[in-house]
Amino acid sequence: MSSYEIPAVVRDAATKPTASGLRPDLSTRWISGLTLIALLAIWWAVTASGLIEPLFLPSPSAVLEKGWLLATRGYMDSTLWQHLAASLERIGLGLLFAVLTAVPVGIAIGANRIARGVLDPLIEFYRPIPPLAYLPLIVIWCGIGELSKVLLIYLAIFAPIAIATATGVRTVDRAKLRAAQSLGATRTQLIRHVIVPSALPDILTGIRIGLGVGWSTLVAAELIAATSGLGFMVQSAAQFLVTDVVMLGILVIALIAFAMEMGLRALQRKLVPWHGQTH
Amino acid sequence: MALLQLERISAQYPGATEPVLADISLTLGPKQLLVALGPSGSGKTSLLNLIAGFVEPSAGQITLDGTPIKGPGAERGVVFQDDVLLPWQDVLANVGFGLELAGVARQTREARAREMLALVDLAGFEQRRVWQLSGGQKQRVGLARALAADPRVLLMDEPFGALDAFTREQMQELLLQVWQRTAKPVFLITHDIEEAVFLATDLILLAPNPGQIVERLSLDFGQRYGAGESARSIKSDRRFIETREHVLAKVFSQRSATRPQERA
Repeated sequence: MSSYEIPAVVRDAATKPTASGLRPDLSTRWISGLTLIALLAIWWAVTASGLIEPLFLPSPSAVLEKGWLLATRGYMDSTLWQHLAASLERIGLGLLFAVLTAVPVGIAIGANRIARGVLDPLIEFYRPIPPLAYLPLIVIWCGIGELSKVLLIYLAIFAPIAIATATGVRTVDRAKLRAAQSLGATRTQLIRHVIVPSALPDILTGIRIGLGVGWSTLVAAELIAATSGLGFMVQSAAQFLVTDVVMLGILVIALIAFAMEMGLRALQRKLVPWHGQTH
Repeated sequence: MALLQLERISAQYPGATEPVLADISLTLGPKQLLVALGPSGSGKTSLLNLIAGFVEPSAGQITLDGTPIKGPGAERGVVFQDDVLLPWQDVLANVGFGLELAGVARQTREARAREMLALVDLAGFEQRRVWQLSGGQKQRVGLARALAADPRVLLMDEPFGALDAFTREQMQELLLQVWQRTAKPVFLITHDIEEAVFLATDLILLAPNPGQIVERLSLDFGQRYGAGESARSIKSDRRFIETREHVLAKVFSQRSATRPQERA
């Protein structure tokens, strides 16, 4: 998050703000691009020169080649796409159920004293526990199938969204509420027309944080207990020292996380264009 | 015949020893623009919040058309000092928001919102986003939004307090024009003496510790503006200046009267 926000702040002091007002300076992008290119060049140089054995670090071209093989023929009975699909399906389901339940729960916590009293301690109790610590319990209760993994991700995503939503609801501008009331708004109308839209930037931030936590939890869970998925692919390849598959798996995991983050930022710009505007 | 009536209103915050308002009685009828003027601490914001229904009086009764008021309601439109527009809606939807809450059909409320925007000189701004507006434009949208819901009275909480001096002058003239055209009774609070004297048909001066009315004046400078005289000519008129200085002197005499108490 912060790696994104800091350039945006620096930009205000810089000379040329960009059109959207949300992208960091082009020069910063150039520096980031050059860093990536340098990293790839070093990787290629040390492998091409034979400095490091392919067992420990395969060359970029070998990883790419393996990627092609994985995508067409597969590894451990499944292609790369099938592993990817298994992981995405789990996080998709977890995210869907988390959004559907955490947002109403967050609104209840933020808007209702009794709901806050009941739910707040429950969430605060389990939130700091690393999901992998309660994974064994979930496996005992729900078995080793899809349900336990989706449930684990669901729990990991639920807390950040519920807490962010409650914060958003609690920090709604009181003057806006009064303005709506003096225009005749009922309590239900206040929630629908003022509170939820006001909290939307916080809700989306909660989803961003939740998705990040959920994705790392999922991959870690697949390392431990799964027969498909990106985490499983990396783990089983490591057992047979198939380093190129391990590296490829890690790259794909990173790419997906990056894509999800970018997608949510784009969604944030589209859904809450007023956020961060001076008003 | 009074539309809005306050009878012996007192107000006290929970836990406070002194009341913020003591024994306030006033009436607001049609064709009146009542201005409550006072320094900070004189309870003028509390007075407006009481009438709007955001807080309840500790004693006394407030009635609108003979019915006691209970909580905030659409028949008492409020224009706030700060920008309280909804940034997720465009200007047109903001102005029509009260009608949307009342369940008015989209076409009807948009037509009404356009009419109100034209009234505050913002025709053509319908699709603008709230954050693209200047401070004065936001206040005009706020005024149009309050008027669109067709309230019985209009309450204005230091509506031009956050604006620069030039914009404030323009907004005062705009308010007088709108007030004349809509014939809505207006209750406005301000700490700007010149603004109060220029706008008010009826002016009440509030003094602090506890908030009470120490002077009531009937004025006609707003009517003279309505009759076609220019704002500058009215404000530089001798009678205007005399009235302004009279009110100013009254404010300061109240201040020196309360000072020994503050020290004690």
